[in-house]
Amino acid sequence: MNTSQEFFHANKPDLYNHPDYYLMDELLTEEHKLIRQSVRDWVKKDLSPIIEDVAQKATFPMHMIKGLADVGAFGPQLPAEYGCGGMDYITYGIIMQELERCDSGVRSTASVQGSLVMYPIYKFGSEEQKHKYLPKLAKGELMGCFGLTEPNHGSNPAGMTTNFRDAGDGKHVILNGAKMWISNSPFADIAVVWAKNEQGKIKGIIVERGMEGFTTPETHNKWSLRTSATGELVFNDVKVPVENILPSVEGLKGPLTCLNSARYGISWGAIGAAMDCYDTALRYSKERIQFGRPIAGFQLQQKKLAEMITEITKAQLLTWRLGVLMNEGRATPAQISMAKRNNVDLALNVSRNARQMLGGMGITGEYSIMRHMMNLESVVTYEGTHDIHLLITGMDITGISAFE
Amino acid sequence: MKILVCLSNVPDTTSKITFTDNNTKFNTAGVQFIINPYDELALTRALEITEKQGGTVTTITVGLPETEPSIRKGLAIGATDAVRVNAEATDAYFVAEQIAAYAKAEGFDLILTGREGIDYNSGQVAGLLGEMLGLPSVNVITSIEIENGIATMERDIDGGKEKVSCKLPLVASAQKELTEPRIPNMRGIMAARTKPLKVVEATGSEKTSATVAFDLPPAKGGVKLIAPEDAASLIGILHNDIKII
Ligand SMILES: Cc1cc2nc3c(=O)[nH]c(=O)nc-3n(C[C@H](O)[C@H](O)[C@H](O)COP(=O)(O)OP(=O)(O)OC[C@H]3O[C@@H](n4cnc5c(N)ncnc54)[C@H](O)[C@@H]3O)c2cc1C
Repeated sequence: MNTSQEFFHANKPDLYNHPDYYLMDELLTEEHKLIRQSVRDWVKKDLSPIIEDVAQKATFPMHMIKGLADVGAFGPQLPAEYGCGGMDYITYGIIMQELERCDSGVRSTASVQGSLVMYPIYKFGSEEQKHKYLPKLAKGELMGCFGLTEPNHGSNPAGMTTNFRDAGDGKHVILNGAKMWISNSPFADIAVVWAKNEQGKIKGIIVERGMEGFTTPETHNKWSLRTSATGELVFNDVKVPVENILPSVEGLKGPLTCLNSARYGISWGAIGAAMDCYDTALRYSKERIQFGRPIAGFQLQQKKLAEMITEITKAQLLTWRLGVLMNEGRATPAQISMAKRNNVDLALNVSRNARQMLGGMGITGEYSIMRHMMNLESVVTYEGTHDIHLLITGMDITGISAFE
Repeated sequence: MKILVCLSNVPDTTSKITFTDNNTKFNTAGVQFIINPYDELALTRALEITEKQGGTVTTITVGLPETEPSIRKGLAIGATDAVRVNAEATDAYFVAEQIAAYAKAEGFDLILTGREGIDYNSGQVAGLLGEMLGLPSVNVITSIEIENGIATMERDIDGGKEKVSCKLPLVASAQKELTEPRIPNMRGIMAARTKPLKVVEATGSEKTSATVAFDLPPAKGGVKLIAPEDAASLIGILHNDIKII
């Protein structure tokens, strides 16, 4: 669909047209569609023209933060009284899908901000913490990151060693340890960090940039998620005020609740990446002539395209249903795991097949496919690996844990 | 400053165009509708003016309930309130008559339209409105500034530009360069939920013209290749078949 944005900017190369084989749009409200179109218009106008360059240079597009905030990418599902969107979970999913349609790295930045930073503050924070941080985070005036993973504890976060103890002044705690693979860490103003207290219980604690002993070295040379900044969080006797501790949660439930919200967004987002790869391959295959005819006319290519749209359509339905359950507060963590695992996996498969369909052109930055494919290697790993989500489903249906 | 912006609801430019009822009606099945892009420019410019000088921007749309998503989008972009005249927008005269009736009762300082609808491209509403309201009407403007009740506008003319100044109230129609269209942001979309959208019934005449038939442009023919040394047959075709030499 072409709005005024494209009517007046017709020479832009982002030709994306979203596939909707089962008329899923009929399940959306007019407001959902308006939000989707607005995000898409913004992406096509401001993000698509720079994304390839940003990815090649592996820099985070800081100047896009305001635009992301304006389209509502930061915590749209949280209440308006804290300066957030007050929208439903389907809206949240739609926004993540439109962003990841362009690039998983940009979507990651939004996921972290909305689900892993704003959500825990909203869900587990004090009223003061909510008013202090949420409106600024929604506007992108403050950016945050989420520190769970450690060098020696990835899939098994319960084993974390980052810890804090009473400073003895009744006002502070002393935080020590290190987190690794933290999205947004190099530029984040605040970090929601999960650490053990003296009783060995996991608590969330808000660490602010500038606190003495807190550093955020960047992780370089990634081949994936190059538009998203990744780094470490290092805590060396960091003195943190006790009022920065999230009061209302204790144990692994805290970080896992946030991950549920983020994984839900990823399940929508990954389909976006798949939709973009499919759309690109479909257009290319109808234009590319070999042996005197468009390659889309060859059965082997049609098989790829037909299977792609079948998988995308199944995922769209699965995810829409999950969105309804989220809105009703009935979605279980295991249901979210299934959607995250399924959708990221299909997106990876779609990207690999789509890349082949473009032949040599598929490996260049002229097209988005290879970038999506490389990005998805992170998406299939973070927020619970492909294997771990399978074990969650396994445990859910058998009642037996295969983790340990 | 009280500004009225005319918003029409038109098929998205990528729509596949087909007709029904013996080629007298546009087939809307499966077609997505958008705000007419030139009208969106008019709306954006109106907002820029009121954001600087204060005032309100009302949008008016002649259309059935299915035009409301576009009207909501106008509110999300920033209009203060909206009016929908509950009737099918059949021809330019009918549309202008409805808008004029509303505008006369309300009294606006400035009425902006798009230079044309990208659906039927008749480009008449601005001119008709001027006539019906007894106001000056300036067509196809590429800029407008307002100071002390006087609008200074630029418009494209053949091979150059014309600068026009005119006392308010007036009607003007927007051309491409007028401004950049705005993308609604989340805050605007939230605010649009509670902004007033008033529905009024149509008044005045029935439509004054009727479509006899629509025709699609002829499909592009194939290309005939003629070898460079065969100029004689090229001349033969141009002379005998196409009859242009
Ligand atoms: C780009 C990027 C951004 C990230 N952003 C963040 C962030 O913002 N915040 C954050 O806290 N973390 C973040 N992560 C970390 C991410 O969540 C972890 O990488 C992930 O949880 C996996 O942990 P690991 O890398 O230590 O792998 P490991 O846990 O060592 O896993 C290695 C392999 O072993 C498998 N495995 C592990 N345990 C089992 C088991 N019981 N049974 C079967 N197989 C098993 C895994 O499936 C995997 O294939 C990010 C990671 C990346 C790559």
